[in-house]
Amino acid sequence: MCSRRLFLVLIAAVVTAQANAATTWTSQSGHFRLSVQSELNPVVINKIHRWSLQVVDADGAPVTGAVMSVQGGMPAHDHGLPTAPRISGQPEPGKYLLEGLRFHMRGQWQLEFTIEVGETRDVVIVAIEL
Amino acid sequence: MRRIRNLLVLLLACVAAYYAWMHRPLSPVPWGDDNVETLRSLSIASLPPLPADSSNAVADNPDAAILGNRLFFDTRLSPNGEVSCATCHQPDLGFTDGLQKGLGIGESRRNTRSIVGVAYSPWLYWDGRRDSLWSQALSPLEDPQEHGSNRMHIVRLVTSEDTYRGMYQSLFGQPPDFSDATRFPIAAAPVDDPNLANAWAAMSDSDRQAVNKVYANIGKAIAAFERTVLPQATRFDAYVGAVLRDDKEQQDALFNKDELLGLQLFIGAARCTECHNGPLFTNHEFHNTGILTYPGELPDRGRIDGVREVLRNEFNCLGDFSDDPERRCDELQYVRRGPELIGATRTPSLRNVSQTSPYMHKGQLATLAEVLQHYNRAPDAMIGHNEAEPLGLTRPQLQRLEAFLRTLAAPSAR
Repeated sequence: MCSRRLFLVLIAAVVTAQANAATTWTSQSGHFRLSVQSELNPVVINKIHRWSLQVVDADGAPVTGAVMSVQGGMPAHDHGLPTAPRISGQPEPGKYLLEGLRFHMRGQWQLEFTIEVGETRDVVIVAIEL
Repeated sequence: MRRIRNLLVLLLACVAAYYAWMHRPLSPVPWGDDNVETLRSLSIASLPPLPADSSNAVADNPDAAILGNRLFFDTRLSPNGEVSCATCHQPDLGFTDGLQKGLGIGESRRNTRSIVGVAYSPWLYWDGRRDSLWSQALSPLEDPQEHGSNRMHIVRLVTSEDTYRGMYQSLFGQPPDFSDATRFPIAAAPVDDPNLANAWAAMSDSDRQAVNKVYANIGKAIAAFERTVLPQATRFDAYVGAVLRDDKEQQDALFNKDELLGLQLFIGAARCTECHNGPLFTNHEFHNTGILTYPGELPDRGRIDGVREVLRNEFNCLGDFSDDPERRCDELQYVRRGPELIGATRTPSLRNVSQTSPYMHKGQLATLAEVLQHYNRAPDAMIGHNEAEPLGLTRPQLQRLEAFLRTLAAPSAR
């Protein structure tokens, strides 16, 4: 019982850390790695804000000129994001800016980033707990 | 005969046992760290400073609030001299009116929402069809069921009446001269009424713009007043303070057992804080919760239409009358669309909720008990999809939730 509780606490700590700090995810087919950094630390509900994104390829080289979009929601509640955030490229290589993001409930959220570079298209799933 | 009697005794014993079980004493569980943080997040002590409104240069100007206060209670803003903002937003009723639907010149489309703490919301109205307090304040003035007025009447009144003229001028500068009736008709506005619309269409572009500028300023003064209408501390807030100080004696003095268990349900099994979160008990978002319409009345399309309207509203954050040269309008620029918004309405604050019946966007539910029963059942929506799921709570649990909700009433609200 005690070890189960410890396990849950550890999981919660790891997942919360994902929402707080720069963290990296690999795309489903392994073409890209996505790092995110929220301007809010920790991320709170009911506040519209931005995330800085960095995309690198499988070799770790910055990916410039990617076409990116994001969708998301709370899978457990079967609803989407309360806003329609957009992603724009930035002058710095591999850097992108996600604007207009807001969460309106505590719980498990999932963001699905689609990254397209030429013929290559891949998806990164980012799960965060608020 | 004896068999029937035995059966009756057995039945009575079962009923008594059931009620004893339902009302069994439950010793309150001490609040865990997570729950303490949730309680803190709901407390009025967590209410941040008012969000700045960069589209309104006089939003926090005390003189503008004084002008707005007078305008808010002035029935001369309606042509029949009988309707003011306070006709529906009555301070003694938590700035609501106790009616199913607002009653001005005629009956409005929806239930009157409270304006307490409304300056914290990025969206106004049940369907969010306005994106600032000042643009919202202009809308009822020209609604034929509310003030039934028109912007030409309003700007002429404010710029010609002695007191208002001086106050306006000190805030916004010299107003245009609207005395030339050939250029500025007695009544004109871009509304459905053909007489008002034709008179408005006959004016020059620059004259219409001059009227709109003054009209927007009037809205900004009313908004400055509304920003001062803020929620007051309640017994719930005092209880949270006692929890944070770990003052058990004070906790027991402030909350009885039903209220405590109701609060536990509120932040737990009843899942209320999914939408009613933060110190105002609202996420300011739009949800379809399957509220039925009245017989003979089409279901309300809610936010799906509200989004369209706010995007084309001439007084929105991106429009000509915003005071922010940078047009920082994140909420409007990243506004969500799509079928999830069909039948969705904005989550109301629960502060003072026991004093603001009836409930829901058309006042369909008369009592808190009916509201709680509705969420417990979570029926299918008439249009769109009901986001809520049945809760399966018992009647005593619903009663405890209601007991807790009554602790959110501020003493001065009524």
